[in-house]
Amino acid sequence: MTTTTELTDLAETTLLRFATAGSVDDGKSTLVGRLLHDSKSVLTDQLEAVERASAGRGQEGPDLALLTDGLRAEREQGITIDVAYRYFATPKRRFILADTPGHVQYTRNMVTGASTAELTVILVDARNGVVEQTRRHAAIAALLRVPHVVLAVNKMDLVGYQESVFAAIAEEFTAYATELGVPDVTAIPISALEGDNVVEASGNMDWYGGPTVLEHLETVPVSHDLAHCHARFPVQYVIRPQTAEHPDYRGYAGQIAAGTFRVGDRVTVLPSGRTTTITGIDLLGTPVDVAWTPQSVTLLLADDLDISRGDLIAPAPDAPATSQDIEATVCHVADQPLTVGHRVLLKHGTRTVKALVKDIPSRLTLDDLSLHPHPGTLAANDIGRVKIRTAEPLPADAYADSRRTGSFILIDPSDGTTLTAGMVGESFAAPEPVKSDADEGWDF
Amino acid sequence: MTTVASVSEETDSPYALTHLDALESEAVHIFREVAGEFENPVILFSGGKDSILMLHLALKAFTPAPVPFSLLHVDTGHNFPEVLAYRDRVVAQHRLRLHVASVQDYIDRGALKERPDGTRNPLQIIPLTEKIQSERFDAVFGGGRRDEEKARAKERVFSLRDEFSQWDPRRQRPELWNLYNGRHAPGEHVRVFPLSNWTELDVWQYIAREQIDLPQIYFAHEREVFARNGMWLTAGDWGGPKDGEHVEKRQVRYRTVGDMSCTGAVDSDADTIEKVITEIAASRLTERGATRADDKLSEAAMEDRKREGYF
Repeated sequence: MTTTTELTDLAETTLLRFATAGSVDDGKSTLVGRLLHDSKSVLTDQLEAVERASAGRGQEGPDLALLTDGLRAEREQGITIDVAYRYFATPKRRFILADTPGHVQYTRNMVTGASTAELTVILVDARNGVVEQTRRHAAIAALLRVPHVVLAVNKMDLVGYQESVFAAIAEEFTAYATELGVPDVTAIPISALEGDNVVEASGNMDWYGGPTVLEHLETVPVSHDLAHCHARFPVQYVIRPQTAEHPDYRGYAGQIAAGTFRVGDRVTVLPSGRTTTITGIDLLGTPVDVAWTPQSVTLLLADDLDISRGDLIAPAPDAPATSQDIEATVCHVADQPLTVGHRVLLKHGTRTVKALVKDIPSRLTLDDLSLHPHPGTLAANDIGRVKIRTAEPLPADAYADSRRTGSFILIDPSDGTTLTAGMVGESFAAPEPVKSDADEGWDF
Repeated sequence: MTTVASVSEETDSPYALTHLDALESEAVHIFREVAGEFENPVILFSGGKDSILMLHLALKAFTPAPVPFSLLHVDTGHNFPEVLAYRDRVVAQHRLRLHVASVQDYIDRGALKERPDGTRNPLQIIPLTEKIQSERFDAVFGGGRRDEEKARAKERVFSLRDEFSQWDPRRQRPELWNLYNGRHAPGEHVRVFPLSNWTELDVWQYIAREQIDLPQIYFAHEREVFARNGMWLTAGDWGGPKDGEHVEKRQVRYRTVGDMSCTGAVDSDADTIEKVITEIAASRLTERGATRADDKLSEAAMEDRKREGYF
């Protein structure tokens, strides 16, 4: 039972978005089920519904996977088709979990889940250690630049809770992830089935002194040092009441994509390149002196410039360069392929422009990070490098500098399908691209 | 002791937003994206707490300008009078335009038939989808939250509907970063769910923080009710009580506000927002499990209705 004191605290908690990755056999459903169940986020009627459905299938106990498989087809086929979002809370923090399926269409689903995640939990089976699938998950987390990665070494109960097994897997994974440029890896030995180190600390692994999965989720930092961020403000909508009360109000509404803005800042508006000063910041009706990402605000400017949706406002000394040529790593998410010569729409921030796929220099094989040169086309779930020419100059940042202003999507102009997720600039944060023996001499 | 490669960082910076601020900012961003990209959006407004919250967020998103959307109420003909009064008060206060799609009109002219179980909830689909087509709405805001129901957990923030308003969960667009894709063909529309990431508790905490006025039926009060299918239903002309069902006076409140024929009240002493929050936090039932008959029709009731055009 929650106490009143906890309720008061609840109103002031922070929000962590995280994603899970792992194939069915790694015990991902069990981990998610246990996190929800042991944090008391599964309510009686939900559990009863699962028990009813499980009994209807002739199963003895409640199948916790039914908590997370929401669609008719998923329950009929016993597979997870699509990303689902789960919600739970502790007195310390609110969580949004992107529950991504581990079946064959893993890549686009994991990319979707990871795109908004600040943390990814990668599961491995302690008996199998780091396998291809693990490297694939680590590579996607690195590509998407998810700030925190948790390696959950599961099924420790099946290896006698041995420290040496865990230490070897943790060391191998951490070395690989560090090579890819993953900034922060935390390895935790768990048994999702038995509940060791998921919510409660394990009595079976005295040698482990780190946090449980939930403790780590509750304490990992959710925002970064904004002092070093390039400030970016994509203009979403121009607010002009033109009423008797506000005859001259002209505000530029948007969500701050990166960094901080202050009243008095000199700013440049792109693509026009004109410069002005911030005279006011409205935080949803309240004037403030300073605002930061991801707040939705309205900026008031000194000069009456021609500014509209799709423009970008940035500090005058730190405005991004604009260009019509973009090189990026992309994940193709649609069933129809992406080919060289494809005419598409590109949505970047609040701006959508016509674009042409000029070249696909390489396709990445996630299993071993080898490169296939000039594939000509990318199929569903493929990750590759692309060169794109846009009809208008775009102020795109490198994805490494800003996940919000370094990302874009490609859209099919004929039917509106979301084709491709794009990340501007270098693929991995590692100083040297990781190469396998097979791809020597190929340019990435 | 073994701790591997955990790079410790500083604790949360002063720039971390509270979860309510983060959810508010995200919802406002969604409202403004729709205002920027669509010609003729509308907010589904039932007078329930989620639609009231949506309107509150829309008002903040465009302040000091008026909300650039009209409202659409699907009136089942079995609505709570307190809720209709609230609706009309809000519309007048903010000088909004209200569209009404009336289930009763459809029944009166023979276009829809009353169901044997008396619930009018599934009957909303046709009036809703026909109104969307006749008014040419291209974006329709709904107050649906992913925590409500397992089919809704799979819902996108921007959800494309075909010319028959159908939802196909297998053909959803992946939603990446906050780059929402609102492209649609003529005749199609997009359902937009700005409260996707809110939970029932978030909604109530935000209502408390912002001191948002709600219809009184959300708070504990004495009411004449009768038991049906394990729920307390309000007695009235809509079809209750039947033979063998007995009306009694109880201290109750509503956790959701829908049609009187399918929305049950819960026993409660919570007559203030603070008491409601305490009650919800301690409840072992979801709001739909506690008070909605329409989701109990089958294991996939919500998914099936959504496929047909329900919100």
